[in-house]
Amino acid sequence: MVPPVSEVEVARRSYRRSRQRRSTWVAVASTLVFAAVLVVGTVSAPGWQRTQESFLDPGVARRALPLVLEGLWLNLRVLVVAAVCVLALGLVVALLRTLRGPVWAPVRLLMTLYTDVFRGMPLIVLLYIIGFGVPGLRLQGVPTDKVVLGATAIILIYSAYVAEVFRAGIESVHPSQRAAARALGLTHRQTTRLVVLPQAVRNVTPPLLNDLVALQKDVGLISVLGAIDAVRQAQILSATTANFTPYIVAAVLFVLLAVPTARLADWATARARRRQQAGGLL
Amino acid sequence: MTDPTPAVEQPVLRVRNLVKSYGDVPVLRGVDLDVDEHRVVTLIGASGSGKSTLLRCVDLLEQVDDGQVWLDGQDVTDPRVDADAVRRRIGVVFQAYNLFPHLSVLDNITLAPRRVHGVDRAEAEERAVALLDRIGLAGRARAYPDQLSGGQAQRTAIVRALAVQPRLLLLDEVTSALDPELVGEVLALVREVAEGGMTILMATHEMGFARSAADVVCFLEGGVLLEQGPPEQVLVDPQHERTRQFLRRVVAAGRL
Ligand SMILES: Nc1ncnc2c1ncn2[C@@H]1O[C@H](COP(=O)(O)OP(=O)(O)OP(=O)(O)O)[C@@H](O)[C@H]1O
Ligand SMILES: [Mg+2]
Repeated sequence: MVPPVSEVEVARRSYRRSRQRRSTWVAVASTLVFAAVLVVGTVSAPGWQRTQESFLDPGVARRALPLVLEGLWLNLRVLVVAAVCVLALGLVVALLRTLRGPVWAPVRLLMTLYTDVFRGMPLIVLLYIIGFGVPGLRLQGVPTDKVVLGATAIILIYSAYVAEVFRAGIESVHPSQRAAARALGLTHRQTTRLVVLPQAVRNVTPPLLNDLVALQKDVGLISVLGAIDAVRQAQILSATTANFTPYIVAAVLFVLLAVPTARLADWATARARRRQQAGGLL
Repeated sequence: MTDPTPAVEQPVLRVRNLVKSYGDVPVLRGVDLDVDEHRVVTLIGASGSGKSTLLRCVDLLEQVDDGQVWLDGQDVTDPRVDADAVRRRIGVVFQAYNLFPHLSVLDNITLAPRRVHGVDRAEAEERAVALLDRIGLAGRARAYPDQLSGGQAQRTAIVRALAVQPRLLLLDEVTSALDPELVGEVLALVREVAEGGMTILMATHEMGFARSAADVVCFLEGGVLLEQGPPEQVLVDPQHERTRQFLRRVVAAGRL
């Protein structure tokens, strides 16, 4: 398949290869130097000895790991449920905001109010309001479980954000696409469902994945209500061992959890950019 | 006002005194137009003269300010008329942004037959492939719009409009977003469709095409149809000074 290449091209390729090798070496060397400076700088700090003992105690870490992991399992379950609910609720709110016609005016107003309130409210405050306020009402049938209440607060706040992301995505679809769909005889609803939404969702996948990264760590906030999650476990352990290492263990676990999602978000962003450039005109 | 008595030769499209403004800007100031069955009518006129607006009003994508539009004798500007039902009888191809980028060529073409006209998938796809075969694109049925050339995309859009067997085909400058060498293949398809008996109303800047393929040429200027008639008359021996001026500019731009 590959046609024989000219000598000029062979020379060009070998030059590019040597440049490539050189760049790799430079990158590795500079990373090593940078890391060395960082390590030496930290270790030679006057308080390093004490800090190491109270934050990086290997024995404490080993003992904390299984318990913190157990807590993380709760975080993970909350995360999955919250992510699914947030996507569904966010989409519904976004769609309700785009409804036209006078009958829907109160619904539109309500949804606008919802996004304004919950985007503006600090998550920690809502956690307290729902986590401690709702059980105080002593209403029949309303859950009093800390995990459920915490997850509810997180879902309410995140759905407001995600609704706005979806709405931006819906508005980013070129109006001609809607016109083309209506011209084919599709109804307003069919147009939204079959033409506008698929494109909108595709456009907003990268920002949605970024929100997922944020959500992953914010599920750790249910600990303020007393739910025994990874953060809460670390808190208990650090109190009993008089050592901060369990917090570091929890932090490392949360970061490890976020890395794959962050990479996925990068990949989706790059793919979206490529596609936008490829299909520029039509 | 009642419907005009349906003559023996009722036009597919009849437009009377069509008025449309955007805000304070009047775009159409009383347009009268008939498109008879199996005829090709082209709209010519300067950029901004309202060609697209006229086509959009006919397809009910814009609400008219005054006047009436009849499709097969039915007054479609009556607010009680179901606009979706009217659009099902009209095929439209715009200048750009026609195809849905998230759907394959095949799905683009079968969307309306399946979702609007209730044709089942197998039959819709069979018909779509037959249509694609006619334009030599059957091999690209699974491709996505961004993998097509501009000409291929526009021909696909025309085929998509035809897939629902419309009564009337509206074409809005379907070649003006294309490179010159791609214009020919699209116009060849339009010509073929016209020879197949389709009734067509098209806005175009391609005077050569209007001259050879149109039955009627309409010159739109200042919001009215200043002149209409067979191409030999309007394009070769126009009655109005404005038409002559417009054609001189077109000739100077090398488009006739
Ligand atoms: N949605 C809109 N809002 C406001 N003004 C508009 C709108 N659409 C069109 N116009 C104006 O109406 C006039 C006619 O536009 P139209 O698109 O019908 O022209 P055209 O004859 O199709 O031009 P072209 O040959 O450039 O496509 C223009 O002055 C345009 O600026
Ligand atoms: Mg136009």
